[in-house]
Amino acid sequence: MSDVYVIGIDMIKFGRFPEITVPKLGATAANMALDDAGLTIQDMQALYSGNLGQAGAMVGQRVLAEIGQTGIPVVNCANACATGATAFREGWMAIKAGVYDMVLCVGTEQMGKGLLGGGGASKGIPTEGLLGSGTMPAVFAEAGMEHARQYGTSFEQFAKVSVKNHHHSTLNPKAMYQIETPLETVMGAEMIAYPNTKLMCSVNVDGAAAAVICSEEKARELGKMDRAVKVRASVMTSDPFQARNLSMPDVNTCTQLAAKQAYEMAGVGPDEIDLVELHDCFATAEILHYGNLGLGKPEDAGRMIDEGETALGGRVPVNVSGGLLSKGHPLGATGIANIYEVSTHLRGEAGKRQVEDARIGLTHVIGLGSACAIHILEKAQ
Amino acid sequence: MPPSSENTSTNSLLPVVDFLKIPEDGEPYLEGSRCAQCGATFLGERSACSSCGARDQLESIRLADQGELYVYSIVHRSFPGVEVPYVSAIVDLEGGGTVKGNLINVEPEPEQIKMGMPVELVFKKAPRKDAEGNEYLTYYFQPKS
Repeated sequence: MSDVYVIGIDMIKFGRFPEITVPKLGATAANMALDDAGLTIQDMQALYSGNLGQAGAMVGQRVLAEIGQTGIPVVNCANACATGATAFREGWMAIKAGVYDMVLCVGTEQMGKGLLGGGGASKGIPTEGLLGSGTMPAVFAEAGMEHARQYGTSFEQFAKVSVKNHHHSTLNPKAMYQIETPLETVMGAEMIAYPNTKLMCSVNVDGAAAAVICSEEKARELGKMDRAVKVRASVMTSDPFQARNLSMPDVNTCTQLAAKQAYEMAGVGPDEIDLVELHDCFATAEILHYGNLGLGKPEDAGRMIDEGETALGGRVPVNVSGGLLSKGHPLGATGIANIYEVSTHLRGEAGKRQVEDARIGLTHVIGLGSACAIHILEKAQ
Repeated sequence: MPPSSENTSTNSLLPVVDFLKIPEDGEPYLEGSRCAQCGATFLGERSACSSCGARDQLESIRLADQGELYVYSIVHRSFPGVEVPYVSAIVDLEGGGTVKGNLINVEPEPEQIKMGMPVELVFKKAPRKDAEGNEYLTYYFQPKS
């Protein structure tokens, strides 16, 4: 089986674009990725499209209508917040299988404002606020409180994640926000669901990202190896049964399982990872994933954030893009935008936020508690 | 808004969720099911076990009316019409089963809520009606007296 390489990748600056359609957002990113590869839609053999909000509306085909209806097969993917990574992985698998040697993967999303999750009841009366909360800030607050219960992690330590990621985003012109948020600002912001304040919740934004991926033979034939990024691992898991599943989504086990498989597939250990883009949908979540991804022991996660180990310049920089907390989280685009961020560092093109000598990076997304995707990427030799 | 403290007869009320059972004679309770093959416990009825995959091995059980607070969040922002703040609690019931619900009769402050503390179920009329005006019986948790 051929190795798979990213030879073109880009994302639009995340923001709020209510006047632009979902397919046009995706088409913009698709053309940027094609330009980055120096190729055209005529060179692509298939399109893998990720979008959640219009999952039933053939977004991939409508992207092609904006950039060229060449008749290639289109696969539309929806997998909650793992949607973009799922589309990328479907493309990776097709090349691995030898069905195609070069495909386009696009993730796109248009978000409203406000709370996700905890919607109305299908029958009877709404149970939000009656039988606890199903809103995402509360669900991830409860997941964070599990870490607090086990390891004594504090509100302040969770808040420091947000200080760090907002700081990182001041160095990323494609992030939604470039604003410093000191600790007292984060902790003093409106409390949404303790211990997550408003500044500890990811930003709902519109966005799109796209990648051109191909076989090694194709990358060499086209002379693209100098900026190519090798996909060392592509892994997806669902959530194994846990006794509390029905009341409490488990974001940990599926990540631990995916991380183990990804390190095995890549043949590298967590200590060889130079940077990580992980799923900081809420500040509490980032703390959990330090241990889940093996970046440190679970009980050390609070200390890792206290001592700046995961900040730019630290032992293992996490979310130097600004993360979902400040770059923004357009659900279907996030999984490819993360791969863009890591690829940009591996290419040495990340400007002020460049992680020095980055050689191997990891991306991670979680779709609710039930889908996890991890990619390990390496600068092509 | 605190739940209604009226002790209305539960007979005319509909259950807020399917796994809340209101017997014609007797106290309301939460129903679960247990897999005879692997022992996993679930809320409500279920035809197959998601832990071991066994089919037709699930038995209906009555879940305990007390347990321990596992984790919580204090919710300050919710949807329009939902009174805040309130405590969203994950409770491990004695003998198995984990249930989410509002924790009442406690100050919604982190200093007042101890993870691991004993809690008990209480059943009350829900402060909401459906579009047809039907009234519902719901459950809450409160610190064990």
